[in-house]
Amino acid sequence: MHHNRTTYKPIQLITLMLLRFLIGWHLLYEGISKFLIPNWTSAGFLKESQWIMSGVSHWIVSNPKVLIIVDILNTWGLIAIGLGLIIGLFTRVAAISGAILLLVYFMNNAPITGIEYSIPTEGNNLVVNRTLIEAIALFALAVFPTGSIFGLDALFYKAKLKKITKE
Amino acid sequence: MSKDNNRRQTQNSNEKNTQSRRTMLKAMAGIPVLGLFAYELMEKKSFDRSKGNHLIKELGLDDIQPPTRISTSGEVDLLRIGIIGFGNRAGQLANGLGFIHPVTMENWRKNERLNNWLEQESLNVAITGICDVFDLHAENGLATAKNELLAGGAKHSGLPVKRYRTYLEMLTDSSIDAVIIATPDHHHARITIDAIQAGKHVYLEKSLCHTEEELYEVYDVVRNSNRVFQLGHQITQNVVFQQAKEIIRKNILGKISIIETTSNRNTADGAWIRHLDANGNPKPGNLQSIDWKQWLGNSPEVPFTIDRFYNWTKFFDYDTGMLGQLFTHEYDAINQLLRIGIPKSAVASGGIYYWKDNREIPDVLHAVFEYPEKELTLMYSASLASSRSRGRVIMGHDASMELGGTITITADNNSTRYKQKIQDGTIETDAPMLTVSSGSGSIDAVTSATEKYYASRGLTSTFINGRRIDITHLHLKEWIDCIRHGGTPSVDIEKSFEEGVTVLMAHKSYLEKRRVEWDPVLRKIV
Repeated sequence: MHHNRTTYKPIQLITLMLLRFLIGWHLLYEGISKFLIPNWTSAGFLKESQWIMSGVSHWIVSNPKVLIIVDILNTWGLIAIGLGLIIGLFTRVAAISGAILLLVYFMNNAPITGIEYSIPTEGNNLVVNRTLIEAIALFALAVFPTGSIFGLDALFYKAKLKKITKE
Repeated sequence: MSKDNNRRQTQNSNEKNTQSRRTMLKAMAGIPVLGLFAYELMEKKSFDRSKGNHLIKELGLDDIQPPTRISTSGEVDLLRIGIIGFGNRAGQLANGLGFIHPVTMENWRKNERLNNWLEQESLNVAITGICDVFDLHAENGLATAKNELLAGGAKHSGLPVKRYRTYLEMLTDSSIDAVIIATPDHHHARITIDAIQAGKHVYLEKSLCHTEEELYEVYDVVRNSNRVFQLGHQITQNVVFQQAKEIIRKNILGKISIIETTSNRNTADGAWIRHLDANGNPKPGNLQSIDWKQWLGNSPEVPFTIDRFYNWTKFFDYDTGMLGQLFTHEYDAINQLLRIGIPKSAVASGGIYYWKDNREIPDVLHAVFEYPEKELTLMYSASLASSRSRGRVIMGHDASMELGGTITITADNNSTRYKQKIQDGTIETDAPMLTVSSGSGSIDAVTSATEKYYASRGLTSTFINGRRIDITHLHLKEWIDCIRHGGTPSVDIEKSFEEGVTVLMAHKSYLEKRRVEWDPVLRKIV
C-alpha cells in the first residue's frame, strides 16, 4: 500500500518525536537569541576558526558585507530549521540542512588534539563534541522521518496520496 | 438496495471525515510545543528585562540617551584654513576636515573605507595654505588640499592653495582665517603664540608646550585673546566618553581615590623609530629638500640626520617623550571626566631598559600624581617594551570603570552601596555590571554569557553596524563650530594649561630625580 510511509511502534514514534521537538527547540532558541542580541555577529566565532574551515571563515570576517549576509543567513536559517522541526513542516529538508549547518559549526570549532581555542568550551571533549552529536542526530531524524505522521507535512502527504490514488 | 447503498455511502464519508479530522489533529502536533516555546521565551525576556532595567533604573541611568549631533546649520561662510607641518598626523587631520590625498584615496577605494569617509559631513572649509620645511611633505599637503574629491558631497571651493616657506609668512596672510598646527612639539607654543597674535584661530596637536616659560606665555596670550583655541585630544568626542561622564556624574563608582592610566606599546614604530621605510631603507629627505635651520627653530644647533628628522620624539630637545606624546591623552581623558586639574605633587621614575639606541627619553616610565584636596591619586605607567594590555581604570569604593573603546563597569566585592544586591545575586562581581559599547551607544545591563565574555575582552566595539564616524573629524568640527557660532571647545586653554603643568611636573621630576610640587600662589613648579 502506502509508499514509503514508515510505520513505527508507538515507543519508537514517541522517541523520534521527542528528539525532533528538543533539537528543534534548541536551534529555534539559538536563532532567536542571536536575533535579539543587538549587533550580534558571528565574527568572534569565525575568527577563532582553526581547522579545515579556517580559510573560508577568516575570509568572511575580513569582508564586512559578506559577514553581514552570513550573520543574517545563520540567524534566520536557525529559526527556520527550528520551526520546521517543531511543527513538522518540510521536516526532512529542515533536518538535513540543520545537520549540515551544525557540521559547519563543528568544523570551525572541532576539539582536535593540538588545536586550542580561546573561547571557553562546555564540558570535556576529545574529537567528538555535542555539536557533532546533534548533527548526527539530525541525520537520524532525516532517515527516520516523522513529519508526515505528526506534523504539517502530513497535509501535503495526504494531498499527494490523493493525487496518486486518483491517477 | 438503494437504501443500503446510501447508508454505506454515508458511513464511508463519515469515516473519511473522522480520518481527515484525525490527520488534521496529528498534523498540528507541533503547535502546542511551539506555544510552550513562545511562553517560555516571553517569561525569559520579561525576566531579563526586569533584571536589567531594574538595575539601570536603580542606578539612575535609565534617562541617559546617546547624544545627538547638531549638524552644521545651512548657510555658513567658507572657512579658510592653513596647515602648518604636514606630516602623517596632518594627513589624518585633513581627512577629518573632508580632504584626502590622491594616493590615500586610491588605497581606501580598495578596502571600502572610502565610502564610509565620503559620508562624513561637510564642514564647508577650504585648505588654502600649506607650510612645511620639507618639500615632500609640503607637496603632499598641496595635493591633498587641491584634490577635488571631498567628503560629504561637498564641491571644492576652487580657491588656490599656496605653499608658504615659513609659518610667519602664512600668519601675515589675511586670507587665512585659522591654522592647524601639527609640527614637532618644540614649535607648538611659539607658533600658537604668533598665530593668536596674528588673529588666527588655532587647532593645536598635543602637547601644548615644551618648557615652563612657554607654557605661561602661551596661556596668557590665548586667554587674553578672543580667538578659538582647541588642543588635539579627540577622545572627548567619542560617544562612549559622553556616557562615561554621565556615569561619573551619577556617582555609580562611589568615592574615587585611585586612577590608573597606562600606555602599552612594543614596536619600533611605537617607540618612535620611524626613519626607515617598509623595505628597511632610509626614508627620503636631505639638506636640499629640508630647511633644517627652520626645523631646529630655537632648539640647539645639531647636524642634520634622517634619524633626528623622523625620530625627533626620542630627544628631549623636541619633546618630553611618553609624557608629552601619550600621557597627555590619558590625563586629558581623566581631567575631562573628573576635572582633577593640577596635582599638588608629582614623582616620576623610569629608564632606558629596552631600546638601546641613541635615545634620551625613557622607554619604561611611571609617574604618580597626588591630589590631596580631591583625595585621590593619579598613576601613569608606561612601557615601550611590552604591549600587555592594561586599561585606563577609575577605581571607586563601590565599582570600577574601565574606559577604552567601550566602558566596562564592575561592582566591587566589598562595595557598601551594592552589598545587598551582591548578596542576593542581582549584581555579580566576577563579571561586568554594566557595559557601554560604541556600537549601540546605549547602556545595557549585561545579561548573557556571550555578552559578558565579549565585553570583558573589549571585543564589542570591533564590528559596528551603524556608521563609523571619525572622532578627529568631530573634534575639528567642534572647533570650527565654536569659530562660527561662539562657545568654548572641549579642550580649551584652561584644560590645556592644567595638562601642560602636570606633564612638565612629571618631566621635571624624572630629570631631577626628585618629587616636585606645584605652587598655586607663585604659579610655578617647585
